[in-house]
Amino acid sequence: MPKTLFEKVWENHIVKPQTADTPAVLYIDLHLVHEVTSPQAFTLLRERGLKVRRPDKTLATMDHSTPTTPRNADGIIPVLDTQAAFQLDFLTKNCQEFGVPLYSLGTENQGIVHVIGPEQGFTQPGMTIVCGDSHTSTHGAFGALAFGIGTSEVAHVLATQCLLQNKPKTMAIRVDGRLQDGVTAKDIILAVIAKIGVGGGTGYVFEYMGEAIRSLNMEGRMTICNMSIEGGARAGMIAPDETTFEYIAGRPAAPKGEAWERAVADWRQLPSDDGAVFDAEVSLDANTLVPMITYGTNPGMGMAITDRVPDPDSVKDISERIALDKALRYMDLQPGQSLIGKPIHVVFLGSCTNSRISDLRQAAKLLRGRRVADNVRMMVVPGSQRVKAQAEAEGLDRIFKEAGAEWREAGCSMCIAMNGDQLKPGEYAVSTSNRNFEGRQGKGGRTFLASPLTAVATAINGVITDPREMLEREVAY
Amino acid sequence: MKPFKAFSGTLAPLPINDIDTDQIIPARFLKVTDKNGLGEACFSDWRYESDGTPKSDFVLNKPEYKGATILIGGNNFGCGSSREHAPWALMGAGFKAVISTYFADIFRNNALKNGLLPIVVDEETHRQLISLAQEDPQTQIKVDLEAQMITLPDGRTVEFPIDGFSKYCLLNGVDQLGYLLSLEDAIVEYESTHPARVNTTQ
Ligand code: SF4
Repeated sequence: MPKTLFEKVWENHIVKPQTADTPAVLYIDLHLVHEVTSPQAFTLLRERGLKVRRPDKTLATMDHSTPTTPRNADGIIPVLDTQAAFQLDFLTKNCQEFGVPLYSLGTENQGIVHVIGPEQGFTQPGMTIVCGDSHTSTHGAFGALAFGIGTSEVAHVLATQCLLQNKPKTMAIRVDGRLQDGVTAKDIILAVIAKIGVGGGTGYVFEYMGEAIRSLNMEGRMTICNMSIEGGARAGMIAPDETTFEYIAGRPAAPKGEAWERAVADWRQLPSDDGAVFDAEVSLDANTLVPMITYGTNPGMGMAITDRVPDPDSVKDISERIALDKALRYMDLQPGQSLIGKPIHVVFLGSCTNSRISDLRQAAKLLRGRRVADNVRMMVVPGSQRVKAQAEAEGLDRIFKEAGAEWREAGCSMCIAMNGDQLKPGEYAVSTSNRNFEGRQGKGGRTFLASPLTAVATAINGVITDPREMLEREVAY
Repeated sequence: MKPFKAFSGTLAPLPINDIDTDQIIPARFLKVTDKNGLGEACFSDWRYESDGTPKSDFVLNKPEYKGATILIGGNNFGCGSSREHAPWALMGAGFKAVISTYFADIFRNNALKNGLLPIVVDEETHRQLISLAQEDPQTQIKVDLEAQMITLPDGRTVEFPIDGFSKYCLLNGVDQLGYLLSLEDAIVEYESTHPARVNTTQ
């Protein structure tokens, strides 16, 4: 029987099949760990006298509560927040005691957990990957089955390398056609979520397919899979192809020599078979897609940047009407209003959605020779120390700094605002991150989610701007 | 974990769709290393003014809803992040069950692992429960996990779904880690036939 990519990966990791009484026991190939969702799991292991079963399949980093402020004279990034410092020290202690490799704050491989896995070559097709973080879906861009878990499950995987899972359903998301200039992977996924809603994918694993997905590079594919969870799906996958293999080849953890040849041969078997059946299907036309922006307080409240803010009175479903009305009040927006031209305070370029080298290159290209508007604070936060070093080697940091943007150390930063990088109450931000929930970027802060291009165009003009306008001008000059 | 017993309790209505885990427990409270003390911060930004005084119009601050043990939210409760701090905070705030028309997957898993019961009801029942709770905050409903049933004040019963394994674990106070540990032989067997894909310690 023809199988989907998901089914192939799922079946290959069954330690014990699902029965009427028990969920399937699924083997995990790679477990990523960070400081915020692991402390209670390590404590549980200690209480029960358990070991980490496979430290060699576990990798820890520091990202969420880490400062992104400059290093001191000794090259150290000081942690001034005592609670955060305690949490980070606790991770260090746990990793030492249990033998788990750790990328400590400021060291050369440290970074956002979903940036470092692919960067080091640990993320490979056909694997199962979990982390106590919902954006683990990012790794699905390689054809891995990757999803976020809670802290109890972190303990399960640490102790047994296994998880209890009921088999999810599958949804094919087909994006055909070609993207126009100025329209990016971020716009595709914002459009998908606007279409299906934040709960539309609940219970499903997505597989993204179609010409527009195939023509994306790996970093664009990661942007798409990253936000699967914003559509309610725990995982999103893209079948591996030559683009995938090329990206992995030569990375530190990638197979070498003969092992590489064997691995690629295996990976070629993974794509969904012709005739494989999905439980649901959604499709989108890339040809007609324009830059997207959110106007509300969840990622599903998004629209074409050229559209107008919807009117709650025109929404039939009463609970949705209330939700929209509440969101517009929080955002202080009027129904029918255009967002283009709206003044903003902060532009945040970063997060596991859009902080990789190609995001920074794209942003720097548009920013080169221009300046961030006086009314705007622009923060550029690379996803990892490696991304930062690469950007500096290419001189991108100079472009950002000369334009008046802040060039920071790597981490989650204002995506989650746990580390002091945050909006003030009432401030508006255009952010390349993935969540515009109330207070997500700082209590009372208001977030518009958009692509790096839209973010940079907005930073330059100081008001929300359709980036295509600037690209056109570039051509005209 | 303590066995989950049938109980009767009052409802706190919070009929907002897509309540995300950032609202249940804002990220700035996640810099903890244990599970305790999060109840105070549950729904912090909806519950308190910026100077820390309670907002009198928020349901959890209204005297008539004090002591509610069942939270009833809008559709798609618990979307967003994987933080298990969300069920810890809800339990810290005194809740034993949450009712919605559906739950985000990770939140539901996390809740079940901590003995917070996610109860899925149809839209009609959902609407009815919200208006009951709004009209009379003293409205009690009975939650019986064994029978997978809630009983409304008028005696009407509504069944709710739950997978058999989670139900068994909740009713018996069994934690799932113990079950996984008992499968050691099967895990060893799997590992012997599936070579490691990567090695993070090299
Ligand atoms: S960048 Fe944001 S979304 Fe990504 S892992 Fe960090 S906090 Fe989570």
